[in-house]
Amino acid sequence: MLNAVAAGLIIGCLYGLMCIGLGLIFGIMKIVNFAQGELLMLGMYVSVYLVGGFAAIGIFGPIVAPFVAAVLAGPVLFGGGMLLHRFLLSRVSGLTTAARLDQGAFGQLIVTLGISLILQNGGLIVFGSTPQSVLTPLSARAFILGPFPGDALLFLNQARVFACVVAILVAVALWLVMERTRLGKALRAAADNPVAATYMGIDVDRAYRIAFGLGAGITAIAGGLMATYLSFTPFVGLDYVIIMYSGVVLGGMGSILGAFWGGLTVGFVQQVSALVLPPQLQNAAIFVVFLLIVGLRPQGLFGRSAERA
Amino acid sequence: MRVGGANRLRRDAIALAIVTVGYAGFAATVHNSYYQLMLTLVPIWAVLGLSWNMMSGMSGLVSFGHASFFGIGAYVVTLALVYWHLTPWLGIPLGMVAGAVAAVLIGLPTFRLRGHYFALSMLAYPLALLYVMEYLGFQEVPLPMHRDHPALFLQFVDPLPTTLVALGVFVLAMIAGMLVENTRFGLALLAIRQNELAAEAAGLDTWKWKMRALIGSGAIAAAAGGLYACVLLVVTPDSVFGVIVSAQALVVTLFGGVATVWGPVIGAAILIPLAETLNAKLGNIVPGIQGVVYGVAIIAIMLASPEGLFWTIRDRFFRAAPAAPMPAPGSLRIAPGTGTLLAVSGLSKSFGGLRAVQDVSFSVQAGEILGIIGPNGAGKTTLFNLLNGVLAADTGSAKLDGQELRGRKVHAISRLGVGRTFQVVRSFPRLPVLDNVIVGAYGAGTDDDAAAATAAAALEAVGLADRARLPAGQLTNKELRLMELARALAGSPRLLLLDETLAGLGRDECDAVLDVLRRLRAQGMTIVIIEHTMHAMLRLADRFVVLDHGRVLAEGPPRAVIEDKAVIEAYLGSKFLARQNA
Repeated sequence: MLNAVAAGLIIGCLYGLMCIGLGLIFGIMKIVNFAQGELLMLGMYVSVYLVGGFAAIGIFGPIVAPFVAAVLAGPVLFGGGMLLHRFLLSRVSGLTTAARLDQGAFGQLIVTLGISLILQNGGLIVFGSTPQSVLTPLSARAFILGPFPGDALLFLNQARVFACVVAILVAVALWLVMERTRLGKALRAAADNPVAATYMGIDVDRAYRIAFGLGAGITAIAGGLMATYLSFTPFVGLDYVIIMYSGVVLGGMGSILGAFWGGLTVGFVQQVSALVLPPQLQNAAIFVVFLLIVGLRPQGLFGRSAERA
Repeated sequence: MRVGGANRLRRDAIALAIVTVGYAGFAATVHNSYYQLMLTLVPIWAVLGLSWNMMSGMSGLVSFGHASFFGIGAYVVTLALVYWHLTPWLGIPLGMVAGAVAAVLIGLPTFRLRGHYFALSMLAYPLALLYVMEYLGFQEVPLPMHRDHPALFLQFVDPLPTTLVALGVFVLAMIAGMLVENTRFGLALLAIRQNELAAEAAGLDTWKWKMRALIGSGAIAAAAGGLYACVLLVVTPDSVFGVIVSAQALVVTLFGGVATVWGPVIGAAILIPLAETLNAKLGNIVPGIQGVVYGVAIIAIMLASPEGLFWTIRDRFFRAAPAAPMPAPGSLRIAPGTGTLLAVSGLSKSFGGLRAVQDVSFSVQAGEILGIIGPNGAGKTTLFNLLNGVLAADTGSAKLDGQELRGRKVHAISRLGVGRTFQVVRSFPRLPVLDNVIVGAYGAGTDDDAAAATAAAALEAVGLADRARLPAGQLTNKELRLMELARALAGSPRLLLLDETLAGLGRDECDAVLDVLRRLRAQGMTIVIIEHTMHAMLRLADRFVVLDHGRVLAEGPPRAVIEDKAVIEAYLGSKFLARQNA
């Protein structure tokens, strides 16, 4: 019981970070990005190769290296995301299609699906289909806390605990960027009303490019962190893209904090439902909770909704 | 049948007949069983695409979860065969019923959501079903073999008959799609896609139309799924409930073109063979390369043709079909009433701490033009939104000829006889002006011919008859405002609520619209109009109601009202008043 709750909270923080990445893209650009799972996957592989590189030149040591690599996967994918947006997504989104019926949503769906296919299968060619993981000595170590009332002991996998701490730090840093800096203001303005933002002198196209890059980078960091306790293949994205969307919709679009809480909720439900449900139904439980919350609060837990007639 | 629907239907039916015969003839020449399987799969995925198009392509409510219906169809057919030895000839219809029931159960909660929320919530259903099926132990269910009765159990040794059965189902789905497209069903869905609130305000019960579309769509997708099970002879949760299935529905349709039955056909005819061939030829050499090529292909075509191949080809190589003849105008039904038509008493609405409308009471006499004026933010538009049901009032009542409006939905109020135009014009930009107005007539529940005649009469009444065939997106601001007025008129309203109909018009344009409104009054129409242009209002209105901070500040004949000190203060401030008096 206690262990499931703790595991739920820890995994939830990682999911939360992953969801923030998607939330940035979904919330600011209003794009449904099917390739987000593949960005997560790329984060994992970048992290693997960086750890390999660090080991080769003998820096950081086996304990710190995976976390440094995970954080560095962020900037790498930030650049990759900007390029993807510059050459593909900007043509089917933003101001170019704002005037079109459905705001070009149909084109975006196909393009992101295409990107997702290319990255998945390209990943298969480049990385191979053997499951990989980032091994750290921490993966096999646990903090043991307790005993708590009822003689319960709490086992916490150390790799996950550190990953969770890093995730929270990154999330807080991003939140500060969004709330306190000019860049954050520009991004939020572009999200709220792209046309008005343009009139205020904000380069909306650039704002979207940065948002997409940030979204890709943040999700990649989450991927790199998850790589420390999980083995994965190029198709790992499929399992997580759904979880990401559940989290983002739960939290409410356009809210960084909301996305984090949404992801946390999903991770928590997934782990805790393991106590009462057979493993096959664990994921079904996520969707049931998802439908319940969305049914009760269509704008998400933290979202706002307003339309003017 | 919609205006021009009969012609379009005839043309499409001929094209369908040619395509079907040609396809069957081609299939008969293919003897390689692998290629024959491909030929069977094309119509099946086209049917799934048609199903998706009926719901999402037409109404714009994107569903990422059509695998629910596909999978339900597949499992119903399979399990009915396993447990009851039921032939797929009955299993598929049974699956369609199950698909339709599932559509109702899914639609009920999910239609409360809009936009991306709707799309993503739909994604949750097939995934939940997928895990439930795994849990129930249906990981891999083979269809029991009945080789002794191949025709009865759709288990032909020779693959050609299977292709023909799939083709038959495809033809039925095409016919269903064409019927939807060319009747008021299709027009209603297109209107919902382009502007749901406007469709609702024109009297369409948008919820009911969306539900119907989802039910039809669910049944058709289930048929595709049932057939798919018969072709592959084994079902697994992943192969029928997986994300890939939902994506396939979306991809073939978007690739080929949405909101036309030909989109899914074109998409399936190109993409399915492409994917299968890539799989077979390249997949063995470098695993994964087929996915990369497929991904590059769909991105490249989407960038070249963002609205789908059908529309690009049509715009480039075909001249637009000759426009349908303009229906003969009928007569507008304007029923001059007597006495008090609308009685509003104590109406209030708060948004959190902001009291937008407070205890507003006034009445409207039949046949008069009542002007509602007031500074920005006075609550004028909110008042209209309360009257026609866009917002629910907190307290008070509004009675139209004794019937309470509060608590009714937007389309129901429209049907009672309240026509409404919007501050920012809400048109259906892709539809011809005539269809825009016909939506209003359909909203009032008239039959097809009468609706066309009424719409033509309404266009004539506002002076837009010569613009009837242009897409609404090409009209000028003044013409759009008149078109919105015509749409309201086509619903044979007893009361018109006009929200800043004159906003942004030049002096001459303004005069033209005023003439139209005066003519309507002469015919006995009752109008409530919100307006800022004071000189126009003085010439038009019989009476003013002045709102300020959500309250009625003054009421009476125009001249008396604009000399009222409180009104001048509200508009121009107390300093101005003091200077006036000094």
